Amino acid sequence: MSVLVNTDTRVVFTGITGKSGGFHARQCIEYGTKVVAGVTPGKGGQKFDDTVPVFNTVADSVQKEGANTACVFVPPPFAADSILECLDAGIELIIAITEGIPVRDMAIVKRRLLETNSRLIGPNCPGVITPGQCKIGIMPGYIHKPGTVGIVSRSGTLTYEAVWQVTSLGYGQSTCIGIGGDPINGTSHTDAIKLFNEDPDTEAIVMIGEIGGDAEEKAAAYIKEHVKKPVAGFIAGTTAPPGRRMGHAGAIVSGGSGTAEAKIAAMEAAGIVVAKTPSDMGAALLEVWGK
Amino acid sequence: MNIHEYQAKQLFEEFGIPCPKGSATSSSQEFSSCIDSLGEGLIVVKSQIHAGGRGKGTFTDGFQGGVKLAKTKDEAVEYATRMLNNTLVTIQTGPAGREVKTIYFTEGADIEKEYYLAILMDRATSRPVVVASTEGGVDIETVAHETPERIFKEVVDPAIGLQAYQARKIAFALGFEGKQAVACAKLIFNLYKMFWEKDCDMVEVNPLISTKDGGVSALDAKVGFDGNALYRRPDITAMRDLDEEDPKEVEASKYNLNYIALDGNIACLVNGAGLAMATMDIIHHVGGSAANFLDVGGGATAEQVTAAFKIILSDPKVEGILVNIFGGIMQCDVIARGVIEAAKAVELDKPLVVRLEGTNVEQGKKLLAESGIEITSADSLADAAKKIVDIVAAK
Repeated sequence: MSVLVNTDTRVVFTGITGKSGGFHARQCIEYGTKVVAGVTPGKGGQKFDDTVPVFNTVADSVQKEGANTACVFVPPPFAADSILECLDAGIELIIAITEGIPVRDMAIVKRRLLETNSRLIGPNCPGVITPGQCKIGIMPGYIHKPGTVGIVSRSGTLTYEAVWQVTSLGYGQSTCIGIGGDPINGTSHTDAIKLFNEDPDTEAIVMIGEIGGDAEEKAAAYIKEHVKKPVAGFIAGTTAPPGRRMGHAGAIVSGGSGTAEAKIAAMEAAGIVVAKTPSDMGAALLEVWGK
Repeated sequence: MNIHEYQAKQLFEEFGIPCPKGSATSSSQEFSSCIDSLGEGLIVVKSQIHAGGRGKGTFTDGFQGGVKLAKTKDEAVEYATRMLNNTLVTIQTGPAGREVKTIYFTEGADIEKEYYLAILMDRATSRPVVVASTEGGVDIETVAHETPERIFKEVVDPAIGLQAYQARKIAFALGFEGKQAVACAKLIFNLYKMFWEKDCDMVEVNPLISTKDGGVSALDAKVGFDGNALYRRPDITAMRDLDEEDPKEVEASKYNLNYIALDGNIACLVNGAGLAMATMDIIHHVGGSAANFLDVGGGATAEQVTAAFKIILSDPKVEGILVNIFGGIMQCDVIARGVIEAAKAVELDKPLVVRLEGTNVEQGKKLLAESGIEITSADSLADAAKKIVDIVAAK
């Protein structure tokens, strides 16, 4: 078992004929993901790598190939439009990898999401993987291993670091969810934690956060109230100077809010074992898990 | 991206947001004509730098105040002459201060009362929010903390935009009445229009003032824009002032590198923003201090890595370098080649610790070992941080 994606997931890649969209679609197919269609307006009727049918619209991919999940890879100026098209086509799960979407566009997308039953992951995220079953996104498949640890993070490579530590210690992952580094995203830490909490095959959770906003504090409050499963965590940005945006648009300490200290305190108060350094994420998991 | 106050006021005029009449120049020869273009009465002389706290700032030659009120034209010219090309240190500039390259003259305002007004994108609701307070001209964080009942918020549905009744609600909450309430609501409405149409990430008017003749006016203006939206705002991009940015950060942005200068002596080069922050943290944890934040992104090329090395080495504080790469899609052997090329190109003479993990890690390590460059290899993030901190400390 797992959350969000599994062997039944049928993926449509928007932007599949682009350089990076094509590269990552190929990587996902190699991993075993069922990539059933691509969408590039104007290139309908072509085939990607002589196998995957390309359509002009997302709706066509749903109708003709039964796509139920989308991976959005189109460039930032067109990404919000692509997400809105997926919503209109009734795609249940949309994973937006694109980095650099204007925040105004995302405010509109987020507003539209309320009127649908779909879930958006990202944007500006590495994607979602259920090891051994389905990989949608840009994460290196081989560092993962099927198992029972759920991992959620805003950051890509920091997630890989956590995954690698868990795998190196001999444990695997149920599902890893990259929720993305933007200030407006479709799925929050709390949403991901809820999914893991309700998944019978996720035994323990790793939550990785970073400075900025209050999503980690909210997730900690939820964990304190509802989650009995062991949770380990880490917050990046303890040494980041205030007022500076650390790469991710969302990673900024402003006016004393969003500091690492406040987040760590909230997490510890919820019984989460917070790793002191990014090298200790695996060890923190074993400590809270009692392994 | 931020702009100067005088540029923000130009936008205000474009959107029909009342503000004191003003005129800006970078040349002392134009002081006189700038002042003549204003009406009779008091003249405010304002240093134009991006940092806040200008009024209470001090110039490096001892001259007090980056914002001055002058009673006569001669006095205004004298203040402006002292400010132009002088370096202003404020609470936000750091000890080095910023050179004032533009002076903005405005008409003095007949202030009745000061208020606070801002519009920003609220993360909690993912919607724009209008924030206003009866306490203007002061630090809004303090007001929020001590007297939260004096702050009013109106969340905007982005699909339909700010509605007139919402603007009125804020105006009445601030205590405006009659025609002045109408004027205030109109100002708020137009400010939202500008916020939305120009892809701002924040507009702050502190203070917003009511005037004794029954008007409202934006006395100060701080406007920031969403960097992701600049591609569709050429008029805004044209307002960018590179003099206000760290030259190393400007150079980095040319190569799509995400670089932020810090105060320490250990430079780091990392792929991914979260991992880059975490690398700074762990350097600190083992007793060192990072000289920068540098995210080379997910698909860095050898050219980018070389540019990154040049940028971090242009910082004279740097005494050692830590490269931390978790190669996912980016393969370790490609990064290793980039590091070797860069080290040769810049004739690297500082200690270098490299931690590689991920795809093709063995080939990457082999390339580094056989490169003939003095590189200390590390197996984990903790190991790498400890090694570079120890090496630098031993020097």
